[in-house]
Amino acid sequence: MSVFVDKNTRLVVAGITGKEGQFHTRACAEYGTKVVAGVTPGKGGQKMDDIPVFNTMEQARKETGCNVAMIFVPPPFAADSIMEAASAGVPLVVAITEGIPVLDMMKAYHFIKASGVRLIGPNCPGIISPGKAKVGIMPGPIHKEGSVALVSRSGTLTYEVVDQLTLNGVGQSTCIGIGGDPVIGTNFIDALKAFEADPETKGIVMVGEIGGSAEEDAAAFIKRNVTKPVIGFIAGLTAPPGRRMGHAGAIISGSSGTGQAKIEAMEKAGITVVRNLGQLGKTALELFPK
Amino acid sequence: MKIHEFQAKELFKKFDIPIPRGKAAFTVDEAKKVAAELKTFPVVVKAQIHAGGRGKGGGVKLAKSAAEAEKYIKEILGMTLVTHQTGPEGKVVKKLLVEEGLNIAKELYMAILPDRSNSSILLMASEAGGMDIEEVAAKTPEKLIKVWVNPAVGFQPYNARALAYQLNFDPEVTKQFITMAGKLYDLFMKYDCSLLEINPLVITKEKKLIALDAKINFDDNALYRHKDVVEFRDLNEEDALEVEASKFNINYIKLDGNIGNMVNGAGLAMATMDIIKLAGASPANFLDVGGGASAEMVENGFRILLSDKNVKGVLINIFGGILRCDILANGVVEAAKKVKLTVPVVIRMKGTNVEQGKKILEESGLPLTVAKDVWDAAEKVAAIAKKAKN
Repeated sequence: MSVFVDKNTRLVVAGITGKEGQFHTRACAEYGTKVVAGVTPGKGGQKMDDIPVFNTMEQARKETGCNVAMIFVPPPFAADSIMEAASAGVPLVVAITEGIPVLDMMKAYHFIKASGVRLIGPNCPGIISPGKAKVGIMPGPIHKEGSVALVSRSGTLTYEVVDQLTLNGVGQSTCIGIGGDPVIGTNFIDALKAFEADPETKGIVMVGEIGGSAEEDAAAFIKRNVTKPVIGFIAGLTAPPGRRMGHAGAIISGSSGTGQAKIEAMEKAGITVVRNLGQLGKTALELFPK
Repeated sequence: MKIHEFQAKELFKKFDIPIPRGKAAFTVDEAKKVAAELKTFPVVVKAQIHAGGRGKGGGVKLAKSAAEAEKYIKEILGMTLVTHQTGPEGKVVKKLLVEEGLNIAKELYMAILPDRSNSSILLMASEAGGMDIEEVAAKTPEKLIKVWVNPAVGFQPYNARALAYQLNFDPEVTKQFITMAGKLYDLFMKYDCSLLEINPLVITKEKKLIALDAKINFDDNALYRHKDVVEFRDLNEEDALEVEASKFNINYIKLDGNIGNMVNGAGLAMATMDIIKLAGASPANFLDVGGGASAEMVENGFRILLSDKNVKGVLINIFGGILRCDILANGVVEAAKKVKLTVPVVIRMKGTNVEQGKKILEESGLPLTVAKDVWDAAEKVAAIAKKAKN
């Protein structure tokens, strides 16, 4: 078993004919994900490689039975595309697009919640269940099938962590990048709930960063509800307050969102917090059951 | 993006939100003219810089006569204003706002911002206006009244009533407040603001509700649809290097250490800064070249981080995944030659063809060292920093 995506995933890609869309659609297909459709308004009837392209998400859903949507649409149109996928009844939407205006995303967020659809992202690397399905832009080959689940707010930092796990022989059940924006669909707690319920997952790695209070909330949730061992890491301990560190969400405002407060909350919840990023893989090897 | 108080007040005016009479001025003569045209005393002379805490730093003065106004105008225009937000080096004041003084009966606080914890718009108000709101929130949180608006539904008058009836207003002021809150919400949404703050919002002795101050920040991701806001950008208020970096879509923030670093991805960039510190050195910057990393990006990144004269060593950490390291290595070598690299550089790269990349770097004859992993890289660069100190 894995979480959210697996062998039954039937992927539709919004923005499939764009440069990025094409590139990553191919990478997902090569990894073994079933890519059944693409959506680009005005290009319905065309094909990208052998994948049929539709004008609307609704047509794609009806014709192909796609059940996961990956969004590559440029920022000004991305929130619209997310809502289109939800409206068409696609139960899982993974939004890769970076730079969506916050207010657009807020409206889309409430729309998504009301329709009962799961959104991962935006501004995220996506989700992968190694050996089963990859829906996102992460490099497939660094992953290894196994029993450790990972949830992270970052992109390349997630790859670094996965790489260390794999190099230490620690395989992964599911890795989710939830995104670095202030408004995101799936949060730490949603992912943790799914990991706790997944019988294949034996241990959890949680990678957070400064800004907001999602890590503190997740720590409180872990203390009450998670029985599996958890390793935590927080990026941005040296970041100055008041500055946005690349991610729109990564900003210390006043006394809230500091890395130190997050680490303390996590340690109080019984999470093994790794301070030296270079030690993460080794710690996982020692802590998690084989 | 940040704008000046006088620009924020221009937007307030557009939305019929009451502000004091006044005008911006860029020279002493202009400012004197504005003061005279107000035909009233006292007048307030306010330094226009992006940082907060201007009053405490001596950048806001109340003048009771034309002579006093002239004195303050000359004093503030051109001064280096140091506040808790400018850093110790301060900011040179190049613009003033001259306004009528008001008969203030009470000072309030009002703000609108997105609340990430519930994806709603948060309206905050407090009777403890004119003070540092962080302090109010920390010491007397009950004095900060909060109301959330579902952005999918939009602002409703009851949202404002919920605030107004906890702020102990006179009925006349309550009415004004409800109208004003609706207009502020409209402005916030229309212009994709990321923060709208009025501190203080005042009630005058004549029972008028007026925005004495105005601060607006905008969502950078939405600027493409607000050309009029982009016109407000004041490059004088931004770090020159950060402006230069933004031209190449590089995210650069100057810090005060001596180890420059260049990383792809914001999370990994923060973690790289942290590990430099952990190894005993201090990062000179945050620099994110984006999830991908092209040779051109690397060259621009190099140029920008090396213009910081404090940099004594550089750490490049690129997790390519599907990126080819030989291509990256060639990019680094070319860039290092172009910028006439003089400080040692430690490179940690991950992707395909690592060995070929390593060979290219080592045979370049340049001061480029390859690290095997992120901790090895941090230790190597910390050793460079240590040597530079001795």
